[in-house]
Amino acid sequence: MEFVNIKIDDKPVQAQKGQMILKAARAVGIEIPTLCYYELNGQQLENRPGGCRVCVVEVAGRKNLAPACATEVMEGMEIKTHSLRVVNARRTVVELLLSDHPASCLICSKSGKCELQTLAQKLGIRDIPFKGEQSMYKKDDSPAIIREMNKCIMCRRCETVCNKLQTVGALSAVNRGFMAVVATAFEQDLAHSTCTMCGQCVQACPVGALSEVNQTRQVIQAISNPAKTVVVQTAPAVRVALGEEFGLEPGTIVTGQMAAALRRIGFDYVFDTDFAADLTIMEEGTELLERISKVMAGDKSVRLPILTSCCPGWVNFFETNYTDMLDVPSTAKSPQQMFGAIAKSYWAEKIGVKREDMVVVSVMPCVAKKFECQRDEFKENGNPDVDYSITTRELAELIKQFNIDFNSLAEEDFDNPLGASTGAAVIFGATGGVIEAATRTAYEVFTGKTLDKVDFTALRGLEGVRSATVDFNGTPIHIGIAHGLGNARRLLDMVRNGEANFHAIEVMACPGGCVGGAGQPFHHGDFSKVEKRFEAIYREDAGKPIRKSHENPYIKQLYDEFLGKPCGEKSHHLLHTHYFDKSKQIEVEG
Amino acid sequence: MIKVKLAEDKINKIKEICAFFSNKPGEVINVLHKVQGELGYLPAEVQEVIAKELNMSVATVYGIVTFYSFFTMIPKGEHPISICMGTACYVRGSEKILDEFKRQLNIVVGETTPDGKFSLNCLRCVGACGLAPVVLIGEKVYGRITTDKVKEILAEYN
Repeated sequence: MEFVNIKIDDKPVQAQKGQMILKAARAVGIEIPTLCYYELNGQQLENRPGGCRVCVVEVAGRKNLAPACATEVMEGMEIKTHSLRVVNARRTVVELLLSDHPASCLICSKSGKCELQTLAQKLGIRDIPFKGEQSMYKKDDSPAIIREMNKCIMCRRCETVCNKLQTVGALSAVNRGFMAVVATAFEQDLAHSTCTMCGQCVQACPVGALSEVNQTRQVIQAISNPAKTVVVQTAPAVRVALGEEFGLEPGTIVTGQMAAALRRIGFDYVFDTDFAADLTIMEEGTELLERISKVMAGDKSVRLPILTSCCPGWVNFFETNYTDMLDVPSTAKSPQQMFGAIAKSYWAEKIGVKREDMVVVSVMPCVAKKFECQRDEFKENGNPDVDYSITTRELAELIKQFNIDFNSLAEEDFDNPLGASTGAAVIFGATGGVIEAATRTAYEVFTGKTLDKVDFTALRGLEGVRSATVDFNGTPIHIGIAHGLGNARRLLDMVRNGEANFHAIEVMACPGGCVGGAGQPFHHGDFSKVEKRFEAIYREDAGKPIRKSHENPYIKQLYDEFLGKPCGEKSHHLLHTHYFDKSKQIEVEG
Repeated sequence: MIKVKLAEDKINKIKEICAFFSNKPGEVINVLHKVQGELGYLPAEVQEVIAKELNMSVATVYGIVTFYSFFTMIPKGEHPISICMGTACYVRGSEKILDEFKRQLNIVVGETTPDGKFSLNCLRCVGACGLAPVVLIGEKVYGRITTDKVKEILAEYN
């Protein structure tokens, strides 16, 4: 590696050749404020339009100030990161941004977590000297994501995430000058675009221009209605991230406090989506083995690979982009929906509550889950299996609204039976986890042998596309894994073109899997937070007494009492779904 | 499945133009230029076909169409009206002429009348400053226009 010698704030620094000033400064602990700049370490994503000019620095011998994010270091360069000229320019830049930004911070969903607000505070801005025109865009309410583009600062992080990371292509900068804005094709609502509702744009937005649909009020209303039995389920990735909203380190496991808090809030039954994750493995694992046996027996009516279908962003993605492969994904519903279906049938029957008197709330690390629970195929006579899906952030809001001192709560357990789960269910929250959980069960069912070691470390990791072969007692099973929809596209294109042969593929729409979900506490581009949650998921798994889904006693009970057998008739009705072609096709008029 | 409908000859023409540019996403501006030359404008359906042929997102194509003022999503009228806003015409009152056209036609700049007869646009200098203020309707040049002449000029096309 080649180095150049530069000086930053009079400090001699050896910087990597080709590096930008921003990174060279950060490497030696000199912080330069940024706004449009966004990077996900290790996920090959960098948004560096050099547009906001917040990171300007003074370079000796240059007439103009230089954006640190987009100026390469050169031998002998002398850089000032906070000279008077720099500080004044930076302040003007932020004042100009604020002059076309609604000053509605008091009631903005992003207040306290807004990077523009933080920056304005940091720079000590107490007055906006510029009075100009204000942007007036129409608010866009989709089932999961809200766009309030009056708050947009044109950092274009959402556009980069949507196009480069996710390859969804729903967003683009449109128009020019003052009218310039990030929008969908023909400025339609998100709901009418190719948007998958993955929400990574919400996770990346530095301000409140993009946010999730907040349903905390509906949840409080349901809880305070004595006629309703309110059941809550929590996704695996929530328990390793919720603590961050209460000042705890990323990766702190707060399962017990979370269950306690949910009880304080007033949910009648505190259950766990992990139970439904175990159920998913029973169904999806059985489907996988059935499909493999059929293909091996020469049955041409089915094909491999089988794709996981837990992730609603991913489901929306293949329904738009891979409509020639709609027979390939598993028909198993996601754990959220399996839980809802079981809660409103088996459990409702068991406790003698009518379906319409039961409200199922899910706590998800996800924004797309809000869309998923509104899909028509997950309703019975208009009554949804899952009534409200709230994010990890919304749960934190609820806990705060109920004045619960989260950090001093004593740990509590989930209620039984729908709160019992195994380690296999917990790892659903990390990329590679679903397929590892499926492997643990499928191996034992396929080979009839008991696994000595349940950890399939070859399936773990954070590389965007991974593959591994697991030996099923002489039969090699090829497994592919992708997280982030761009990586999923790369993997699926290989399968479509016949360049790769897999038995099973796991896809999660968000980088890192659900731990990096759009509904999780904002990481502001610090991907190490996601990595810590990822590690915590495997710690939680390792600490579980039962680590294989088929050994969950309450799952066995559910099949004995109610479902019969995996992929049986009752399962087919309650736990499986079908997919739709949502692609656009050009047709001849007439 | 969402269906995007377009006349067969138009689809074929667009495909032909895209193929001429080897269906390369990098050629999108050239493609748009040529397609607009053929069809007169770039409606949503046309952008959908171009995006599909060049394997890029419709949002990106729309972003480009809305960025460059040359591209338009509105069809030009049968008789496109261009008002010169160049310096000479401007100082001799072209803005008032423009206002009168807007009033008579009940449209704003960039629009087309509902019957498709007239569209209204501005341009900068046609090199006939001696005739300022100048208005072009189709290929025909009208010089030394006053607001009271607007009505009779339009009547020529009725």
